[in-house]
Amino acid sequence: MLQYDLVVVGGGPAGMAAALQAKEEGVAKIVILERAESLGGILEQCIHTGFGLHYFGEELSGPEYAGRFIREVQQTDIDVMCDTMVLDISDANVVTAVNKTQGLMQIRATAVVLAMGCRERPRGALSIAGTRPSGIMTAGTAQKYVNIDGYMPGKKVVILGSGDIGLIMARRMTLEGAEVKVVCELMPYSSGLQRNIVQCLEDFNIPLRLSCTVVETHGKERLEGVTIADVDERLQPIPGTEQYIPCDTLMLSVGLIPENELSKGVGVPLDNVTKGPVVDEYRETLHPGIFACGNVLQVHDLVDYVTEESKIAGKGAANYIFGKKKGGAYAATKGVNGVRYIVPQRVNVRGGEKVKLYFRVGQVYRNAKVTVTCNGQTLLSRKRPKLAPGEMENVTLTEEQLAAMNEGDEIVVGIEE
Amino acid sequence: MKFDVAVIGAGVCGALITRELTKYDLRVALLERANDCAMGTTKANSAIVHAGFDALPGTLKARYNMRGVELMPAVCADLHVPYKNNGALVLAFSEEEISSLGALLARGEQNGVPGLEILNRDELVAKEPHIGETAVAALYAPTSAIVCPYELTIAAVENAVANGAEFLRNCEVTAIAPDGDGFTLTTSRGLIEAAYVVNAAGVHAGEVAAMIGDDSITVINRRGEYYLLDKSQGALVSHTVFQCPTVMGKGVLVSPTVDGNLIVGPTADDIPDGDDVATTAEGLATVVSKATKSVAGLNMREAITSFAGNRAHLASDDFIIGPSAVNHHFINVAGIESPGLSASPAIAEGVAAILQRVGGGFAENAAFDPVRPEPVRFRNMSTEERAALVAKDPAYGRIVCRCETVTEGEILDAIRGPAGARDVDGVKRRTRAGMGRCQGGFCGSKVVELLARELGVEMNEITKFGGGSNIMFDRTK
Amino acid sequence: MKRNLVCIACPIGCPIEVELNDAGEVVGVTGNTCPRGEAYARTEVTHPVRSLTTSVKVEGGVHPVVPVKTAAPIPKEKMFDCMQVINAVTLQAPVAIGDVVVKDICGLGVDVVATNND
Repeated sequence: MLQYDLVVVGGGPAGMAAALQAKEEGVAKIVILERAESLGGILEQCIHTGFGLHYFGEELSGPEYAGRFIREVQQTDIDVMCDTMVLDISDANVVTAVNKTQGLMQIRATAVVLAMGCRERPRGALSIAGTRPSGIMTAGTAQKYVNIDGYMPGKKVVILGSGDIGLIMARRMTLEGAEVKVVCELMPYSSGLQRNIVQCLEDFNIPLRLSCTVVETHGKERLEGVTIADVDERLQPIPGTEQYIPCDTLMLSVGLIPENELSKGVGVPLDNVTKGPVVDEYRETLHPGIFACGNVLQVHDLVDYVTEESKIAGKGAANYIFGKKKGGAYAATKGVNGVRYIVPQRVNVRGGEKVKLYFRVGQVYRNAKVTVTCNGQTLLSRKRPKLAPGEMENVTLTEEQLAAMNEGDEIVVGIEE
Repeated sequence: MKFDVAVIGAGVCGALITRELTKYDLRVALLERANDCAMGTTKANSAIVHAGFDALPGTLKARYNMRGVELMPAVCADLHVPYKNNGALVLAFSEEEISSLGALLARGEQNGVPGLEILNRDELVAKEPHIGETAVAALYAPTSAIVCPYELTIAAVENAVANGAEFLRNCEVTAIAPDGDGFTLTTSRGLIEAAYVVNAAGVHAGEVAAMIGDDSITVINRRGEYYLLDKSQGALVSHTVFQCPTVMGKGVLVSPTVDGNLIVGPTADDIPDGDDVATTAEGLATVVSKATKSVAGLNMREAITSFAGNRAHLASDDFIIGPSAVNHHFINVAGIESPGLSASPAIAEGVAAILQRVGGGFAENAAFDPVRPEPVRFRNMSTEERAALVAKDPAYGRIVCRCETVTEGEILDAIRGPAGARDVDGVKRRTRAGMGRCQGGFCGSKVVELLARELGVEMNEITKFGGGSNIMFDRTK
Repeated sequence: MKRNLVCIACPIGCPIEVELNDAGEVVGVTGNTCPRGEAYARTEVTHPVRSLTTSVKVEGGVHPVVPVKTAAPIPKEKMFDCMQVINAVTLQAPVAIGDVVVKDICGLGVDVVATNND
């Protein structure tokens, strides 16, 4: 059996940042297990720019952002195994993985960082009626076909869902000569970033239809068209608003789901809203020695935040490995009044450090206040010009504020209009 | 091309009939208009081996169903396809329905179904804790089982091919002319001569029979819509849970599948086009409302796909299995709706017997081997078995489909097999790659790549399921 | 005259109001929360520019295409002209991040550079 201080599952931006941080903290033996042929994760196919503004202070493409971390990893003695799939993690933190060259491996790990990322919600989860021809795919799959394989996955395209990948693909397909007919969004607002609506849709006169969905697909072999319809407040299609749009491709950008099959396998409790593990301020799950960061923990809109979060997890894993994890008293975080979730879900109030809470809201707010209370006391109240579900927010609690709390206290974050 | 027997239609019946005929010294061709076998009714049904209490005593349905139930375990064992005897429950929601259960029990006993029993609510809940609150009683049928219809069909075709049969795909029959003692078939792959023809064309059996002037078959296309739920829901029930049957069929069932998912459906709507397998918003809504009556706590958010299939219903409500009145060398196998899958091994046996009778006896094929070698199934192996496998062949060390843990080696096996996969859905049905919760989002392009490499074509020539179902257009550059 | 914009300089997407005089000159920018926002607004109402990202054909590498970008933003209306030039290029592997793929594309004074290795 192989032995490592730290096994990092996933070599995307999250896994690399966690491994690098743990290395910097002095962890000796680290291995990154990556299922793709190379490090970089999903960034390898995200060839548009917009990455790194926070973290590097410049605007990079996905491969460039990943490239900086790949180079750093290569300059350390961190082991990397690509084309390697983790099959299972045992209760005793034994990681079973397999690849073509080393075969089946069992690795005993002192600590594990879960950084498997997320997957796209497929058509099946939507129950769109109609035929099941070729030409219906997730936006991410289409992105891989265009940007990695170099093939056009469609010529006349309808996009369902205005998440960032959908918006980015609208522009990408247009630049490559396809006609993007419309982007339909079920909700009355887009879950994508405003900048992407401007530079991916408006720049190319691609219509964005809010409160609209695809109700039926047509065509026996290749997709020939879709029927779209407006939806009411309960998100149900309104009879009489149906419209047929001829197209050969339907791209879905209807949500991302953290890929937690391994986490479930080892019995890590998950948060019902984030679909990621319940973690503390160092992103340690409720299973000792197992940490989680990046999109496997919560779906992020910016990779810069993934890096930030993963460095925290890397530091936490190092502390755990060196036996420096502080004993403590845990307060729970709780989102109310429009705050859908908070990460971390629990905070060690004896940690002696400030803690940043990340959260998302459930609807668009303008000029609202974010408030943080504990035991009926307001700790923080901050005005925000705009809050939107597509944009992750954060608030910071000071060391002093936390020190005043006790085991079992509730840190409540809410929105006041 | 010249054959002794041409079997038209590579559904579960055509496949098992072809395999059965390779037991004899016959040149057999299996003609399929699609790019793969199991592309019609076979790939979209409830996947149940019915105990046999539903069919009316004395009908072909009853006879073949009972014999099929008897043969199925051994056929599945020989072909190495999963078979699970999970038992069935028919729910009653009212006093009136309890009396229907009594009638079903009596009918079943008359058909010779063993072990039937009426359960009260307490006994029912003891068997199925998640049963719907309003269910008051149930008929319990311990011999009911589940199989995977397309796996069974693929395995039967592979075994038939291994035993000398020829599998001709993309081979649509457009005309059949009597020719001496036999027939000349005009197909999309040229003329095919055959001494005997077996018409196992599913919803198109009427059209095929009409090609020889036999107008006795009028198929009513009865569409059934289904949901397939994630494995997270697969343990909600362990039995196949029916509601009381109606004139339109056995109604909406909730059942585990042999792969651990949960299948919910079907609806029953008669439609004009037998090839129209579009789902409808109303149909899917009906499935949900009926299924949630049977089983409480069904989480439809865990649906991974929905689909529809058409079954070939006849007004007589019975199978037609036998020589055509127009030409005795032409055997009709028509109206094969439920319990067609259950009956399929018996139908194969029966058709072989009919052909023996019509043809005056065939010599046996001494080389016939009933066993289809067990395919590698990495996901079902222990750690030690996996280690040994990968050490022997590294292709099994690369996982292509993450959701279902399918290796590159298994996908290569599926493509290189005796009736190998030629498209993405073919790989999916043989290996489960793309069958999981992400529905091919990650592995789809890998599968396309492997197919292109193995078949020696460009990626954009690879289709989802043959015909014009290409996945990609031209290169971007 | 007033024009309302959404800033695309960073992912925050601030709503910006630009005030123009009759000559079309910018006389005021409000709503931005950083200097980059003001710069964006001034450019956007006078001569809008965008970064162009796409891919270019490569032979002899691991992949058939390698991603590229314009090293600096280019005039928005020139995007499709630049696409045509880029689509006509075939690189030979190896390609490294930062390699110049097209120099001074369309005479705009901007290079197209590779954004991944192959």
